[in-house]
Amino acid sequence: MSSPRFTALVTGIAALAIVATVAGVRNEYFFSAAYTVLQFVVLASAWNILGGFTGYVNFGSAAFFALGVYSSVFLHNLVQAPIALSIAAGTGVAALVGLGMGYLTLRLRGVFFAIATLAFAQVLLTFVVNWEYVGGARGAYIVLPHGPPPGFRSNGQVLFAIMAVMAAGSLALARWVQTSTMGRGLAAIRDDEVAAECSGVPTLRLKLVSTTLSGGLMGMAGATFPYFLLYVEPGGVFSLSYAVNSIAMPLIGGMHSWAGPLLGALLLGIAQQVLQVTVSADWNLFLVGALLVLFVTVAPEGIMGWTRRRGRAREAPP
Amino acid sequence: MTLIANALVSGLLLAGFYAAVSVGIAISFGMLDVVNIAHPAFIVLGSYLAYFASSWIGLDPIVTALVLSPAFFALGLVLYRLYHSSFERRGRERLRGLAFFFGILFVTEVALILAFGVDYRLVNTRYMDTTWRFGAFDLPLRLFVPFLVSLGMTLSLQAFLSRTFFGRAVLAVAQDELALQLMGVDPVRVKAIAFGISIATAGVAGALLIIIQPVQPSLGREYIGLVFAIPVLGGMGSIPGTLVGATILGVASSFTSTFFGPSWSPAVSFGLLLLALALRPEGLLGKAAR
Amino acid sequence: MDRNSFAAACRGRAASLLAGVALAACALSAAAQEPLKIGFSMSLTGPLGGNGRAALLAMQMWAEDVNAKGGLLGRQVKLVYYDDQTNPANVPGLYAKLLDVDKVDLIVSSYGTNTIAPAIPIAMQRQMCFMTLFGTNPNAKFKYDRYFQIMPNGPDPAVGLTKGFFDVAMTMDPKPKTVALVGADAEYPHAALEGARTNVKAAGLKIVYDKTYPMSTTDFTPIVRAIQATSPDLVFVASYPPDGAGMVRAVNEVGLKTRQFGGSMIGLQYANIKTQLGPLLNGVVAWEVYAPEPTIKFPGVEQFLTRYQPRAIAQQLDPLGFFLPPYAYAMMQIVGEAVQKVGSLDQAKIAQYIHDHEFSTVVGNVRFAKNGEWAVGRPLYVQYQGIRTNDLEEWKKPGKAVVLYPPEWKSGKLLYPYDEHRK
Repeated sequence: MSSPRFTALVTGIAALAIVATVAGVRNEYFFSAAYTVLQFVVLASAWNILGGFTGYVNFGSAAFFALGVYSSVFLHNLVQAPIALSIAAGTGVAALVGLGMGYLTLRLRGVFFAIATLAFAQVLLTFVVNWEYVGGARGAYIVLPHGPPPGFRSNGQVLFAIMAVMAAGSLALARWVQTSTMGRGLAAIRDDEVAAECSGVPTLRLKLVSTTLSGGLMGMAGATFPYFLLYVEPGGVFSLSYAVNSIAMPLIGGMHSWAGPLLGALLLGIAQQVLQVTVSADWNLFLVGALLVLFVTVAPEGIMGWTRRRGRAREAPP
Repeated sequence: MTLIANALVSGLLLAGFYAAVSVGIAISFGMLDVVNIAHPAFIVLGSYLAYFASSWIGLDPIVTALVLSPAFFALGLVLYRLYHSSFERRGRERLRGLAFFFGILFVTEVALILAFGVDYRLVNTRYMDTTWRFGAFDLPLRLFVPFLVSLGMTLSLQAFLSRTFFGRAVLAVAQDELALQLMGVDPVRVKAIAFGISIATAGVAGALLIIIQPVQPSLGREYIGLVFAIPVLGGMGSIPGTLVGATILGVASSFTSTFFGPSWSPAVSFGLLLLALALRPEGLLGKAAR
Repeated sequence: MDRNSFAAACRGRAASLLAGVALAACALSAAAQEPLKIGFSMSLTGPLGGNGRAALLAMQMWAEDVNAKGGLLGRQVKLVYYDDQTNPANVPGLYAKLLDVDKVDLIVSSYGTNTIAPAIPIAMQRQMCFMTLFGTNPNAKFKYDRYFQIMPNGPDPAVGLTKGFFDVAMTMDPKPKTVALVGADAEYPHAALEGARTNVKAAGLKIVYDKTYPMSTTDFTPIVRAIQATSPDLVFVASYPPDGAGMVRAVNEVGLKTRQFGGSMIGLQYANIKTQLGPLLNGVVAWEVYAPEPTIKFPGVEQFLTRYQPRAIAQQLDPLGFFLPPYAYAMMQIVGEAVQKVGSLDQAKIAQYIHDHEFSTVVGNVRFAKNGEWAVGRPLYVQYQGIRTNDLEEWKKPGKAVVLYPPEWKSGKLLYPYDEHRK
C-alpha cells in the first residue's frame, strides 16, 4: 500500500471511529480510558521513531511530554489560548528541543545518550518547579471558559477525538518514516552508524529529522494533557510512568515497524486500564511488572517479531 | 568562612553515601554493560531488611547489611543467570534488559508493599542522635558512619578488582571477552559473580539509606537518575571515577543548598552531568577508547 | 472456666446471636434493594499510600457501623474504590468509571490536593456533591458550590493552617523580630509557605530566609546551616514526611539556635515518625489535627481510636491514627447524616443540607463556610514536651503534645527559647 493511500485509510478509520463513538457512546469512562490509551499510542510511536528506528534510547520522554504540557499551560495563562494553538505551540517547542537533542547525538552514542536525556529531564523538572508563572511546585489549574463545541456532549469527548486524530497522524508519520528512503537510512544507522556514514548515508541529517519528529510528537501528546486533567503539577507530569511506558510499549509490540508501538500501546495500555479497576492496587503494579519481564523474555522481538517468526515457520516446508 | 568549610564537610559526607548507592551501578552498568535500572529497588529492599532486623531484634542496620550481603550476592547471581539466558545469549540485549529490569523494579516494589505496607519506615541506632563537634565544625554520626562504611566498601572493592586475579578478570571482561575465553576463564561466571557483588553493594547501601532518611517502597525511583549519573560522570567502569563523580555531585549539591537555594541543586547536579557529557563523553576518569 | 467468664461468654454468644439475627433481617430487607454505592479513588500505593490506606480503613469502619444500624435510606452501604497510585493522571478515568460504569450514588475524594483537584471538574460536570479529604483549597479556582473539605483549617486554608504558629510566637517575651521560612518543592508545602508569608506580614515580622528544597534532598544540614547564618528568631518549616524527619534531625545535629522551631510538617503526626524521632522532637512547635490532651475531647473520638488502633496494627498501618483516620470517618459521618436527613440522593439538596447545618462528628462540631471549608478553623499547634524514649506508648499519654493554639483548646505553656528546651 502506498503511503498517501495508507494515510487516507488511517485518517478515514480514525474519523469513522470518532463519529461513531461521539454519536453512540454515552459512557464518559470510555472516553477517559481511550484518551489515555491513545496518548500512549502517540508516545510509543514517537519514541519508536528515534529509539526503534535508529537505536538511540530516549530516557527523557517525560521531558518532551512536559514541554507540551507546559507550553499549553503557559499559553492558557497568557491569553487563554484555544486548544489548537496550544497543540501547535507544544509540538513546535518540543520539536525544537528535539532538534537540539539531535545535535547531542553527534558526540554521545548508546548509553551516554540515554543518560543525557535522563539528565535533561531532571534539569527541566527543576526549571518547571521554580517557574511560578506556570504554577511551579503548586501546580496549575486550567479553567475552561466555555463548554464543549457543538456536536460534542463533553470535554472528554472532544479530547478523545483530538487524541484519536493525533494517534492516527503519528502512526501515519511513523509508517512514512519507516517505508521511505529515510527509514532505510535510519535502519542503517541502527545497525552500524560508522558503516552507514562511510557508505554515504547522511547520518546527521537523518538523525536530526528523527529526533525532531520524535520530540515534536511527544510534545503534541503533552499539549492536550492540561485540558484533560485541568490541574497539572510537576510530579505527575514528570512521572516515571511516561518514560517506562514509552520504552516498554514498543519493546513489547516490536520496534522495527510502525505497527509494533501501536500493538504494544494497545496491549499494555488497555491492560493497565483494566487492571486498575479490577484487581487490588498491589497486584496491578505486580502484573504490569510481571508482564514486562515475561514479554521481553518470551518474545524478545516483540509481538511483531514473534508473529513473523511463527508465520515463517508455517511457510517453511516440512 | 566556617559556612564554606561546613558546606564542604557536608558535601563530602553526602558524597560518601552517593558513592555507596552508585558503586554497584559502576560495576553492573560500567563493567558488565547491564542496565540494571532496578538497582535502587534493591537498595530499598536492603533498607527494609535492615528495618526489619532492627525492629525485630534491635540489630544495627550495618550489621544486618553485612550479615545479609551473601544473600544479596546470591540474588544477584540468580538474576544475572536469568538475564544472561534470556537476553545476552541472543544479542541486542541492552534495551530489552532495560525493560526486564523495569519489570523487576515494579515486582520488587510490590513485594515490599505486601511485606511491609506502604508507610514510611525508619530505624533508630544509638549513634544516630550523636554529633561530634570540633569548634565550629560538626560531624553528625548519622552521616559520618555511612560515609565511613561506604568508603570502606568502595576502597576494598577497588583493591579487590585491581589486586586479585578474579578482579582483573572482571575488568578484562569489560574490555575483551574473547581474550578471557582464550585464557580458559568462563566469562559468564565472571560476570555473574561481579553482578552478585554489585547487588550486594545495594544491600549495604540500603542500610545506609535508612540510617539517613525514612524509606517507603517506591523511594527507589527517586534515585534512578542519581545512581546512573555518578558513574557516567566519573567515568564508566571505574571505581575511583565513581568516587570522583560522587564527590563532585555531593559537594555541588551541598554548596548550592548553602549559598544559592536548595531548590536549584538538581539542576546544578544534572547540568554538570550534561556539561561533562558534552565536553568529555567518556567521563572524567574514563578511558577514551570506548 | 470460672462462673463469671462463663456468664460473660454466654452473654457474648447471646449478643452475637442477636446481632446475627439482626444482620440477617437487615440482609433480607436490603436484598430487596440495591446497595447504596459510595465511590472514590484513594492513594493506596505510591508516596501517600500509607495515609490513603489508613483513611480507607476508617471509611470502611464507618460503612460497617452504618450497615450495622441498617444502612442509609434503608439500603446497605457499599464502598466502591480504586487505587489512584498517588498519580493525578489516573483520577479522571477512575471517577468516570465510578459514575458511568459502577453507577455510584455518591462520591467522596482521595487524599490530598493533587488527587482531589483533577476530580473536581468531573464532580462539577455531573453536579455531584463532593466531600473531600485534606486538600489545601483546590476549589479556589473552580469555585464549585457543592464542594466540601474536612481538614480543619478554616475558610482561608493556607492562612488558617499557619496562623497558629505565628500567634504562638508573638506571645514570647520579648517579641520575635525575624523569621526563616523553608519548605519542600511540592504542592502542600508551597501553599503553606504562601499562607505563612501572609501571617508573617500581619505579625510585622521580617523574613530573613525564604527558600525551598527539592523532594529528593538527602542531607538537610547545609540548609539548616544556611538558615543559622541568618540567625532568625523563628524557623517555620512546611514539609512532607521524609524531608520533615530529615529537617528535625539536621536541626538537632547542627544545634540550631533559634527561639521557636516547627511549622506545618506533614509526617510528625504519624506514629512511626513520632517514635523514631522520639526525644529529638522536644520543643518543636508543630501542626496537628488531634492530640490526646485533656482539652481535646471530641465525642466518640477515643472510642473510634480504640477500635481503629488494633485493626491498623494488623494491617501495618499507622498505629496511632491521630492524623487522617478520625477525619476520614467524620467526613463519611457528615455525608451519611446529610443523606439520611434529606431522605433522597438529590445532590443539590444534600449539598444544601451540608451548607445549612452543623454536624456533630468524632472530630467535634463542624460547620461549613460558603467555599466548602470549615466555617471556623481549628488547626492545632502543639509543642512536644518531655519525650524521654522512642516508645509508642509515650505518645498516647497527655502532656506530650501540649496544645498551644487555638487558645480555647490550650492545654499547656510554650517553652522557649527552642535551643534550651531541645533536649
